[in-house]
Amino acid sequence: MANFAYFPHTEEDIKAMLERVGVDSIDRLYDDVPAEFIYRDEYALRDAMSEQEIREYFDQLDRKNSKLRIFVGAGAYDHYSPAVIPNLISRSEFITAYTPYQAEISQGTLRYIFEYQSMICELTGMDISNASMYDGPTAAAESMMMAVASAKKKNRVLVSETLLPNVLKVIRTYAHFHGVELGTIAAENGQTSLASLRKELESGDVAGIIVPSVNRYGIIENLEGFADAVHEVKAIAVAYCDPSALAVVKTPGEYGFDVAVGDGQSLGIPVSFGGAYVGFMACRKDYVRKLPGRIVGQTVDADGKRCFVLTLQAREQHIRREKATSNICSNQSLMALYITIYMSLMGPEGLKEVNELSYAGAHYLHDRLLETGKFEKVFDAPFLKEFVLKPLVPAKELQQKLMDNGYFAALETEEGYVSFCVTEKRTKAEIDALVSLINE
Amino acid sequence: MKYYDKLIFELSKEGRRGYTLRRNEFGTSLGIPASLSRSKAPELPQVSEPDVVRHYTNLSQMNFGVDTGFYPLGSCTMKYNPKINEEIAAMPGFTGIHPLQPAKTIQGVLEVYAEMEKILAAVTGMSNFTFAPCAGAHGELTGLMVMRQYHMSRGDVKRTKVIVPDSAHGTNPASAAVCGLSIVEVKSKANGLVDVEDLKPLLNDEIAGIMMTNPNTLGLFEKDIKEIASLVHGCGGLLYYDGANMNPLLGKVRPGDMGFDIMHLNLHKTFSTPHGGGGPGSGPVGVAAHLADCLPVPKVAYCEKCGRYTIKRDVESSAGQVSGFMGNFSVILRAFTYLLALGKQNIRLAGPYATLSANYIKESLKDFYKLPIPSICKHEFVFDGLIDDGSAVAEDGHGATTLDVAKRILDYGFHAPTIYFPLLFHQTIMIEPTETESKETIDAFIGVMKKIAEEAASDPALLRGAPHCTPIRRPDETTAARQPILKYKDCR
Repeated sequence: MANFAYFPHTEEDIKAMLERVGVDSIDRLYDDVPAEFIYRDEYALRDAMSEQEIREYFDQLDRKNSKLRIFVGAGAYDHYSPAVIPNLISRSEFITAYTPYQAEISQGTLRYIFEYQSMICELTGMDISNASMYDGPTAAAESMMMAVASAKKKNRVLVSETLLPNVLKVIRTYAHFHGVELGTIAAENGQTSLASLRKELESGDVAGIIVPSVNRYGIIENLEGFADAVHEVKAIAVAYCDPSALAVVKTPGEYGFDVAVGDGQSLGIPVSFGGAYVGFMACRKDYVRKLPGRIVGQTVDADGKRCFVLTLQAREQHIRREKATSNICSNQSLMALYITIYMSLMGPEGLKEVNELSYAGAHYLHDRLLETGKFEKVFDAPFLKEFVLKPLVPAKELQQKLMDNGYFAALETEEGYVSFCVTEKRTKAEIDALVSLINE
Repeated sequence: MKYYDKLIFELSKEGRRGYTLRRNEFGTSLGIPASLSRSKAPELPQVSEPDVVRHYTNLSQMNFGVDTGFYPLGSCTMKYNPKINEEIAAMPGFTGIHPLQPAKTIQGVLEVYAEMEKILAAVTGMSNFTFAPCAGAHGELTGLMVMRQYHMSRGDVKRTKVIVPDSAHGTNPASAAVCGLSIVEVKSKANGLVDVEDLKPLLNDEIAGIMMTNPNTLGLFEKDIKEIASLVHGCGGLLYYDGANMNPLLGKVRPGDMGFDIMHLNLHKTFSTPHGGGGPGSGPVGVAAHLADCLPVPKVAYCEKCGRYTIKRDVESSAGQVSGFMGNFSVILRAFTYLLALGKQNIRLAGPYATLSANYIKESLKDFYKLPIPSICKHEFVFDGLIDDGSAVAEDGHGATTLDVAKRILDYGFHAPTIYFPLLFHQTIMIEPTETESKETIDAFIGVMKKIAEEAASDPALLRGAPHCTPIRRPDETTAARQPILKYKDCR
């Protein structure tokens, strides 16, 4: 048998090992497998590729993708990612480590998760953050299960129709199988309606609500009065947030919400065809026992030295099995490190500047687009970096034309609007070029 | 490893910054009304770029990883993470693609999904795969959703129970509960295998299916699988394969051939993608042909007429959408790269080499550690603590436990095995070597394990005080849980 770069076994090694085990061939180690289940045919795979062939293969694959300038958000935001981050997170000691069960040789991971938790609490205004979730939409679905688990007998959760479409879809899937009844809070002028919420709460069986902070139309929602209304019926209020925006917009904590969830992607993670991203979930102290996922805490070692450990594990699946709030095991640790380093580099000022630049660019584009006469305003409400307009020209053709010229913009929405997003990566020249294409 | 005691917040100094951004060309600033603005800036650290780089480099040096040394962690399959995988995953042509870009502009990306589906189908004997799940537990949940969706779509709504062996991973019952299924436990026999006689009376028309790990968490092949499959199918249930232990079967046995209807794979175990300190992983779910329509959306399809790949976002019979977009693409890319390197030739070697290494360690150490089940194992096996724990020589009569052995292993430069799982024994030590460790490394580990057994027998206190050579010694976990300090502001 020819040798392979990742497998160190030589003929001599195999012989010596078989001798110790007391069998004459590796095949004998599968004697307990019924013979009919041993796969003897050739696997329908390609021939093994050398590293050079692998590079060549992906180079040709790469040419089948169009490189577009991104003017779309909808849950994946093309913010700038500093060079430091990929360099640091690709360190072997971070990327090839397992979940930090052995605290004595995992202080690197445990410390950055503690820093991550601290930063998420700063952004959201919450007391406690877990060590991360898969992505924003699954974090939202987990918060729904947390609401139901906290409320005991109540089984209805209200979701705002202004949540991102993919967030609503994932919540619906989880609700369907978990047996949660979903209700909808209607929108008014593109924003979650407090009046509609109050009406829905009258049924008395609501365990929680999930509403966005910056919504699917890019509008910054005013969530004043929501938490009080929800707390009156002893339900919990969850806000779905864009963490980058939380550096400047009013936080779930300031609005008196109980739980904050969202996707950390906007904190510098490249759009990467949707993953790997990182979900976050933070809550008030009162709900810590129902918080899913890992949590890292500070303590001291046998010599009194400061150190960090996985803690409050009695909540988790490996202890509680089917009685746990969630089945989540590991999280997205390395991506949590990604955004922790991003937040460290940016600091409060950098994050504010990112929002200023995105806001300025988005509003500039918004106004230029209206001047073309090919769009109409839909909502009159403050937006941050993303907005929708009503197209007066066929949306599909418009999107196609922009795409042919190297732009991904004017994403058609379920409502028949077109959606645009501008981050600090987009220059004035790019925006002007986009607008003149539309003007043609 | 050296101890380094800073948190990034402790390096912060007002006015420092670690970023550069382009200048504002628009002449306008933030115009958010005060009523919608946060009242006070978040207290994030203010640090320079060199501060950040040195801090995280120092943190990394307190970590153990596969690249640092041997990781015999049972059930976790800590194999080598090839570096070409990282290079491919970082290609700007992939990282710069927006997840909602029209299919026409991302044919290369969609080809990765389509090719991976073909490869995984060939390797597992399943028909179709979804790549939406972001982790193993997420794959389990998705697989169970598919199971329920299948029954419900046939109007078979009574099936709300799932059978889980007592040796199962904790995520199995937890995933079932999240999916709205109640759990029926089936016992293991003394030889560690599922008790078919105990299974029979559990089967009825309320059973949605059974979740099996094969080889199971003791590393034993469930050789009655054919009978189990026929019994479960006979009552109308489906067989779910927990792919956490797929590695020994890689290149040798296919779950689809054993009668499994649904399975998940952990790309971060069997297919060499890095564990990343606990994620991101990827847990693709495969199904037999009759369940293909129940898989989650969005889904990649090939349009013969137009000669290119498309994305199906609405499929009526689908279980629904389970993650934000189409799973952890960067992880899928890594696993795809690994499978191209393995090809049809090298894949044959992976499982058998892993199995050989596990049996070699087991046979080498069975005179020092209690071996509760002496039969041939697959990729992993369990000991039930030390044969001589030293209690006879200890002044206080306390010998060394499995925890003490694990901590002592750290002093010798290896990661500890998985301990106290599965729950079938009291002093479980679960060892899994993988196919990427050399005989020299494995021999060195065996030597250390023997030495520790001798230390235990003569001086158990040495183990009970271990580790002695790591950056920190045993942490006080009780205080951590009783007086939780969970963020920087709690420290002050």
